[in-house]
Amino acid sequence: MADPTQFAKQPDSILRFEDVSLRFGSDVALDRVTFCVRASDTRVLLGQAGSGKTVLMKVALGLVKPDSGRVFLFDQDITDWPESKLFDIRSHVGMLFQEGGLFDSQTIEENVAYPLLNQRVRGELPKPAREQVHEKVVSALTFVELEKTLDKFPSELSGGMRRRVGIARAIVTEPPLVLYDSPTAGLDPITANTIMALIIKERDMRNTASMIVTHRYQDGNLMANFRYNPSSGQLEHAWRVNGASAPNPHAGLRTTFMVMRDGRVVFEGSEKELMASTDEYVGKFVKR
Amino acid sequence: MLDVLKPPVSAFQDFIVLAGQATRNVFRRPHYSDDIALQMDLVGVGSLPIVLLIGFFSGAVMGLQMSRALAQYGAQGQVGNIVAITLVRELGPVLTALLIAGRNASGMASELGSMKVTEQIDAMRALGTDPIQKLVTPRVIAMAFTLPLLTVIADFVGIFGGFLVANLMMGITASQYWTTAWRALGYNDIVQGLFKPLLFAVIISMVGCFYGMRTRGGTRGVGLATTQAVVVASVWIFVVDLFITRIFVNL
Repeated sequence: MADPTQFAKQPDSILRFEDVSLRFGSDVALDRVTFCVRASDTRVLLGQAGSGKTVLMKVALGLVKPDSGRVFLFDQDITDWPESKLFDIRSHVGMLFQEGGLFDSQTIEENVAYPLLNQRVRGELPKPAREQVHEKVVSALTFVELEKTLDKFPSELSGGMRRRVGIARAIVTEPPLVLYDSPTAGLDPITANTIMALIIKERDMRNTASMIVTHRYQDGNLMANFRYNPSSGQLEHAWRVNGASAPNPHAGLRTTFMVMRDGRVVFEGSEKELMASTDEYVGKFVKR
Repeated sequence: MLDVLKPPVSAFQDFIVLAGQATRNVFRRPHYSDDIALQMDLVGVGSLPIVLLIGFFSGAVMGLQMSRALAQYGAQGQVGNIVAITLVRELGPVLTALLIAGRNASGMASELGSMKVTEQIDAMRALGTDPIQKLVTPRVIAMAFTLPLLTVIADFVGIFGGFLVANLMMGITASQYWTTAWRALGYNDIVQGLFKPLLFAVIISMVGCFYGMRTRGGTRGVGLATTQAVVVASVWIFVVDLFITRIFVNL
């Protein structure tokens, strides 16, 4: 386990856990978790169901308070913040929920507009006009290729489309950090790849720090080795993007893998290190 | 013994906490005026037809019943007096509140309950919105405004219903009816007739939201929350009504 003091000063840290532990009754949800996500980093969180991945995201947003340890969001210690103060900082983090988390009695347009109007109501931003909100909503939905579904309700869309609306809602405010909770869970491989392509596109177009929870190694592999090429509109292998002919040794450098087991981080490192790991549990997540 | 008492006491404590937060939010930014307007429309405009209907018939029935009772004393001319007092003091506020409890406490509990069990309330928190500020406070404010208004309308339509009965079936002239009705109402009656619906509004909206926000256990939980909200709100309306009446009787 890393020394908790090593992150004492991290000016560009976006999300930082220091020795965070949490129990639900006798169940250990998080056990001395320490890590740091910096600006435009990608963090892939692997682990079996119930290993604490989703709880970790909830703690990161202050939705659940840890028993011990500190949580820093945008380099501010949010561990002891009251709920009322947390609402402000949460509106600067995009979050995609496991099941989409859409409001089922609101149309797609209202759902995606929600974070924008929320920031407006909270008085954080100058009041945008209705047309401006509409414009941003349309552009976020165009990003996920769902601009024709504005007036539909979430129940009228397929699972993959709902997930895409969830992404549009998470990114519409252009947050510096987006958390994706199991974006590909329960989807067929083709739809899952579409979702991953959107996540990579978002990361590369706007340089967002991303944290993605998944149990599919392919998702992590895509995040680490593929880049969005704006000119072709396709994903390309990272070392090809700039016209390089040889593999770029720095490809995937900003992508860190974390493997969780029973609330503990049992592995943290690059994809190469993940592939080389001899740990039996860690090895189960890697396609050799 | 203590174990039996624990759940209701802790539920009541949770209720007080929620009521406290919702009340505090009334004086705090941000204000969701769109939601307040929407709820006012749902509660106020939406309930208007049924409130008119129930108000009219309760007034008419009061007129009929009283005509027989008053005939024994040869005081049929006083029917306007009795109808106005019973409606403004008691029947108007309580009947309207019960009606709205059945209509809107259930609606609030099932709406918030469904949002709760499908984790939309958690999603709301994660998106940076206080669910109490966004969902509970607008409902309480909207209800506190609209229920007294609905009650006034029910009172008036009820007195009018009593007038129709008195005029058409008992031959009492319009001027006699309206004069006795108008003279019967004192300052005390008006204040209690407006204060009661205000309190009932807070009870209905808070109880409805409270049971919605603590819903657990899927669709069945939503159904249970809805039923409990209506039952508990109705019981509290009667209990509180007794206490307020006791206070105003002595004033």
